Amino acid sequence: MTSSGLDPQLTWNLVQDVRQVLEFPFMVNAFRAGTIVAVLSGLVGWFMVLRKQTFAGHALAVVGFPGAAGAVLVGISATYGLFAFAVTAALLIALVPGGRGQGFSEEAAVTGTVQAFALGCGFLFVSLYGGFLSGVNALLFGSFLGITSQQVLVLLLVAVVALAVLTMIGRPLLFASIDPAVAAARGVPVRLLSVTFLVLLGVAAAEVSQITGTLLVFALLVVPAATAQALSASPRVSLVLTVALGLTVTWVALFVAYYSPYPIGFFLTSLAFLTYLLALGWVALARGRA
Amino acid sequence: MMPPVTDPADHGLLELRGAAVRIGDRTLWSGVDLTVHKGEFVAVLGPNGVGKSTLIKAVLGLLPLAEGTISVMGEPPGSANDQIGYLPQRRSFDAQLRVRGVDVVRLGLDGNRWGVPVPGASRWSARTRADTARVREVIELVDATEYAHRPVGRLSGGEQQRLLIAQALASRPRLLLLDEPLDSLDLPNQSAIAALVSRICREDGVTVVMVAHDVNPILGYLDRVVYIASGGAAAGTPHEVITSETLSRLYATPIEVLSTSDGQLVVVGQPEPPAHHSDRHTH
Repeated sequence: MTSSGLDPQLTWNLVQDVRQVLEFPFMVNAFRAGTIVAVLSGLVGWFMVLRKQTFAGHALAVVGFPGAAGAVLVGISATYGLFAFAVTAALLIALVPGGRGQGFSEEAAVTGTVQAFALGCGFLFVSLYGGFLSGVNALLFGSFLGITSQQVLVLLLVAVVALAVLTMIGRPLLFASIDPAVAAARGVPVRLLSVTFLVLLGVAAAEVSQITGTLLVFALLVVPAATAQALSASPRVSLVLTVALGLTVTWVALFVAYYSPYPIGFFLTSLAFLTYLLALGWVALARGRA
Repeated sequence: MMPPVTDPADHGLLELRGAAVRIGDRTLWSGVDLTVHKGEFVAVLGPNGVGKSTLIKAVLGLLPLAEGTISVMGEPPGSANDQIGYLPQRRSFDAQLRVRGVDVVRLGLDGNRWGVPVPGASRWSARTRADTARVREVIELVDATEYAHRPVGRLSGGEQQRLLIAQALASRPRLLLLDEPLDSLDLPNQSAIAALVSRICREDGVTVVMVAHDVNPILGYLDRVVYIASGGAAAGTPHEVITSETLSRLYATPIEVLSTSDGQLVVVGQPEPPAHHSDRHTH
């Protein structure tokens, strides 16, 4: 094995650099996983930002930490723990009496409670493991190393199912998000859609966690959607823009992280933050000119 | 030869018979009798907190009646909602909402259909083309073309109200239920929206039931009013119902209705809505 895999050098020849990055199966898997996750989180995140459920999204991501730690503790793949905990927490939050509609503050209170409890459990699981669970940092702040082909397959299958559901409920979900009273009068099952969406959000958060870690999920779940919505008020344009931004940020971050000794979580969040700032600047500039 | 059929419009597009609504053990209103014929413009009046919005929700089948019956286009409430345009009471859209007015209007047409709009569908789908044309048509009808492509949260209250009326009209409803559409609008906008609703009612034959706190902006256009007060209700033409005698009887307290020089009615001595807690003590 040459040194390029262990101590990669940027040649500034982009084609050659990309070829070098993709020479290694673990990097190919990282790009595959990143692509799947960026598409799913962009589309689900777009609805989350529109519905102002970012707090719920954050909680569902954080809940993945005890899920993953607990799974490792009992000796199964962290992936299953992430999904199981996120979906269970989504159902818990969704079943708050009152729920969406009048109960936003109630939802926030339950969300906060579930989140605090989850972090506490995660900490306990880490302690039970013997004080040092290798990869706690990766669980919290993300890692792109060691994603197996089987993990990519699981990510892909889950994402395909989640996107199929989202496609099926897309238009009524938009209606129920913008205008719940009118939607209900027109026969849209507002409550059912809200529960379904929270489960989708949990699934998306669990998928993103596997790249960004549970604490940095927002880099892909919120920032691309928020940036795109700031740039365009047309649902179609901002949805396409969300996915494009998510993919760009993920690919560039993976590329840079490969050539750098620093963690991917930092590059993902900084790039996402940068695009958001640029978008806000652009909007302010355009408004000043108009 | 066509056999003679009884036109369902003869029985009224909307009929309430002895209707009453109870929330918990509190009766909001009872004994409401109302017949709304096709093409009429009817106002539901009464003080705040008396349950005017509740009447709209009962007509939509979102709330069960405690007594009496409601028939909407000859059917029980809730089964003809696809022929009803509904504009709920609200303050406004959130200023941060990044969706255009035209998207909000379109949801009134296809928001209850599953799936997502397919990009480029207008090239092969006649239905998509017809939907797009209908959205443009209703936006023109409410004079909102100029700002329909701006983010809806950034529009003024009057502009949002016009777009919401367009949304309610998009699916060509036979009945329009408007819950306080003039609320929180300034006076010029109140009369403009009132005139717009009346025009839709007369020219397109859409039956309108509008909940209002203040009758004056719409008084000139009304065919019929139903006045709800705690305890009872009265229905009839505006000049039958909004009189000192009728209102004094409804409220069981002396109320005077004055007519100004330009024909506007002013209700004087109207009591405040009953507070919930004092109401419970009586039970």
